[in-house]
Amino acid sequence: MSGQPPPLLAVRDLSKHYPLRTWWGGKGSVFRAVEGVSFDIRPGETLGLVGESGSGKSTIGRAVTMLNPPTSGTIAFEGTDLAKLDAAAMRRMRARMQTVFQDPYAALNPRMSAGDYVAEAFKLHRRAMRGSERREAVAGLFERVGLDPRFMGRYPHQFSGGQRQRICIARAIALKPSFIVADEPIAALDVSIQAQVVNLLQDLQDEMGLSYLFISHDLRMVRYLCHRVAVLWRGRIVELAEADALYADPRHPYTRRLLAAVPVPHPAEERARLAARDIADHDQPPDGPLTEVAPGHWAAMPQGPHA
Amino acid sequence: MTAAMTKLLLDVRDLAVAFDTDGGAVHAVNGVSYTLHEGETMGIVGESGSGKSVHVLAMLGLIPRPPGRVTGGQVLFAGRDLLTLKERELRKVRGGAIGFVFQDPMSSLNPGMTVAAQLIEPLRIHLGLDGRAARARATELLDLVRIPNAASRLDQYPHEFSGGQRQRVMIAIGLSCRPKLLIADEATTALDVTVQAEIVALVQELKRELGMAIIWITHDLGVVAGISDTVQVMYAGRILERGPVDDIFADPRNAYTLGLLRSLPDLSGSRTGRRRLHQIEGAPPDMRHLPPGDPFAPRNAFATPRCRTEMPPLVQATGAAPGHLVAAWYDLPRLLAPEAGR
Amino acid sequence: MSSGSEIARAETAGAEIGILEAVPSGPPAPAILQEPGTLAAFWRRLRARRSAVAGLVIVGLLVLMAALAPWVAPYDPTATDWGNVRGAPSLAHPFGGDEVGRDVLSRIIFGARASLGAGLVSVALAVSLGLPLGMLAGYAGGWIDGAISRLTDALLAIPFLILAIALAAFLGPSLVNAMIAIGLSATSIFIRLTRAQVRAVAAEEFVEAARAMGNPPWRIARVHILPNIVPAILVQATLTIAAAIIAEASLSFLGLGQQPPEPSWGAMLNTAKNFMDEAPWMAIWPGLSIFLAVLAFNLFGDGLRDALDPRQRT
Repeated sequence: MSGQPPPLLAVRDLSKHYPLRTWWGGKGSVFRAVEGVSFDIRPGETLGLVGESGSGKSTIGRAVTMLNPPTSGTIAFEGTDLAKLDAAAMRRMRARMQTVFQDPYAALNPRMSAGDYVAEAFKLHRRAMRGSERREAVAGLFERVGLDPRFMGRYPHQFSGGQRQRICIARAIALKPSFIVADEPIAALDVSIQAQVVNLLQDLQDEMGLSYLFISHDLRMVRYLCHRVAVLWRGRIVELAEADALYADPRHPYTRRLLAAVPVPHPAEERARLAARDIADHDQPPDGPLTEVAPGHWAAMPQGPHA
Repeated sequence: MTAAMTKLLLDVRDLAVAFDTDGGAVHAVNGVSYTLHEGETMGIVGESGSGKSVHVLAMLGLIPRPPGRVTGGQVLFAGRDLLTLKERELRKVRGGAIGFVFQDPMSSLNPGMTVAAQLIEPLRIHLGLDGRAARARATELLDLVRIPNAASRLDQYPHEFSGGQRQRVMIAIGLSCRPKLLIADEATTALDVTVQAEIVALVQELKRELGMAIIWITHDLGVVAGISDTVQVMYAGRILERGPVDDIFADPRNAYTLGLLRSLPDLSGSRTGRRRLHQIEGAPPDMRHLPPGDPFAPRNAFATPRCRTEMPPLVQATGAAPGHLVAAWYDLPRLLAPEAGR
Repeated sequence: MSSGSEIARAETAGAEIGILEAVPSGPPAPAILQEPGTLAAFWRRLRARRSAVAGLVIVGLLVLMAALAPWVAPYDPTATDWGNVRGAPSLAHPFGGDEVGRDVLSRIIFGARASLGAGLVSVALAVSLGLPLGMLAGYAGGWIDGAISRLTDALLAIPFLILAIALAAFLGPSLVNAMIAIGLSATSIFIRLTRAQVRAVAAEEFVEAARAMGNPPWRIARVHILPNIVPAILVQATLTIAAAIIAEASLSFLGLGQQPPEPSWGAMLNTAKNFMDEAPWMAIWPGLSIFLAVLAFNLFGDGLRDALDPRQRT
């Protein structure tokens, strides 16, 4: 760990519980959407968060930005404990941490022009900016994300899915944040558009030194884009490692199952992979505490008779 | 596999479909022709607006009319033109000789009916089975799709099944009348990757057991690679390329196919020392204002002037495997040669 | 059921997929960079609905008639003419005369002011009260929502017209009081609609995106939620105007609205009921006017709903 810069985001023991009501409306048990999750994100780093539906990956994305504050645990961002901020201070903090959402159709206000939508960042956080300066800044952002600034007056329905996601990205980088949560940013896009958006995110990171929390179920894209990867299973991290180490040497049975399930776009290999699979409904993998199995490679190693 | 592909099962000729909207007619399918043999699995790849789903729905009379209408073509299934069949006769084909599996297993199952009721219904309608026989067959079907304790789970409701199990139930319904053709439309898109893998493997095995033909519609080239005999690439309501799966992946002749294949990062490609992803520029066309000529031409770096004015016919690609058809005015291998030399 | 719900399901699923794919990039349209502004598209959709256009034209004509009443009415609506007492329709008095010889046509024309005015003013009142209360309930939640919602439920449990009559009786008979009574009675409709709309819009991802950008709550309500609920409110307002016109007529019929000798369609009907045998025209014309105005507002409202929200089309 020596020589490492201090983490940009330090998450410790984060949990998010939802109370389950009994049928007469009383307090029942709790649903543990996320349980005891800890990780760091370093400056300029992309941390991938992978897992299947219901694994809690989006819950974590919303918790670290306090959009849906956690039940317990601490989130330290640029050295500040976010739980200690009041509402106004948290709103100011949002200039430093942004989110790009999954569905660019739902994430844009249908009755706000694309230019106004991006300009909102300045209206809220750069009050002193004049209208003309704001317009110029927005035009610059449009160009930066590959949109024609002449489209600033257009409304969301006049853009394609890929263009809408570019609008969202322009808005997210407007205030030069240090950290962006990208919550399945390409899942709703056409295949031919996904690479465009991934390349854009990559270029912006190189240029601005951004850190990303890249939430995705696309294991190929995660390997391509992320420095380190955390694998979630039922609200817990079961494995966390450098991307290369994780893909080359997965330790947790669930990680192995997940990686083995990814279809390979090569006919002969894919046929061989399919033939080797068994198709029964799987039992859930065993689970234990997270331990360091190799330098920087953490896995929740199974204990007891399964090990 | 090729040995089984003897008898012609489906012959689609020049199918065209349009939708009338406030903003003008959307030409969703523009002259699609292909054949499918008994026991053949064909993967149809395309993105939104490619016409990959619409054209199969249209040939079975499943598009809403209006605003949709079939504007031309023939669909010969086992010798009969489906487009000229009366609704009553078509109903016998749907769910009978042709089974379906749709994308979303939750909304495709009726939440208020037990799985038994939904499985048994087609059996009574199409096969004329009585209650007991139908129930026995329903149990058999749940067994077939590997749902444990089939007999006891028959009387449960859809919400008592997991997402993957619901899709298994949908497959059981699709297979209930021993179809000659199973159409799966983005059948694994809404599922988790591990569940997708199970469903794909299941369909593969069922195919070996039952020998039906499959049309597998998807945007995921990885899934297509493993299960298809042939692959067909669609874009803007047209077929741009079609051929044996190995040949399509190894030797793509249309620039769109090539672009799709190159834009995929693969699991072996490490982050360190990697290059930018290959990206296809531009966006899918506005279906109300399709460009003249090849619809992919505006996004295609290899396009020739002729591509912009005239749609190329789908013909045998020179030097490619037999049955590898491509619609392109340019010769992709020749254009790629200098790149390979570098 | 007997026809095979599996097939019915396949058809609905097919319909959804079909539409989604034909018009690819989600609602409402793909990369249509040629598409003119939203307003132009709205007009095009509205114009495509003939009944809506007919409704709009009739509403326009009625409003014009009311506005220009002193110039288009052939007689003073309160001037009596003993030669025209219960006079049958004639060239001089095309709609006939009433029980004291006033020209029915002129009273219909002037009566439009009371009827349409009551419709517009009472609904304006209902919206200006219901919209803020509904937004407060829907966005603030908690006990504020509980209190407002319970009150709304209680008010909605009383039939609209009964409530209006009770309030008007309490306030005392006059046209202005009738408008207030109708407006207050209709407020609960708008509270409930606004609350439901706000909750639906607040659940949209762009509202979360607005929070992620650091928008304070009041700005989210004003900039991100309000513009998105206006269409639904507008449609409801149009339809409620029709109900308010009937309510005004009913109150006037009961003597709780427009006071004699000033005309209103409801008040005219009230008088006419005593002369149904001798002078049926006294009832027919105001009755027809109410029917026409209500029909026009309803047609226009339905068309407006279709044009503003194509997804709700049946």
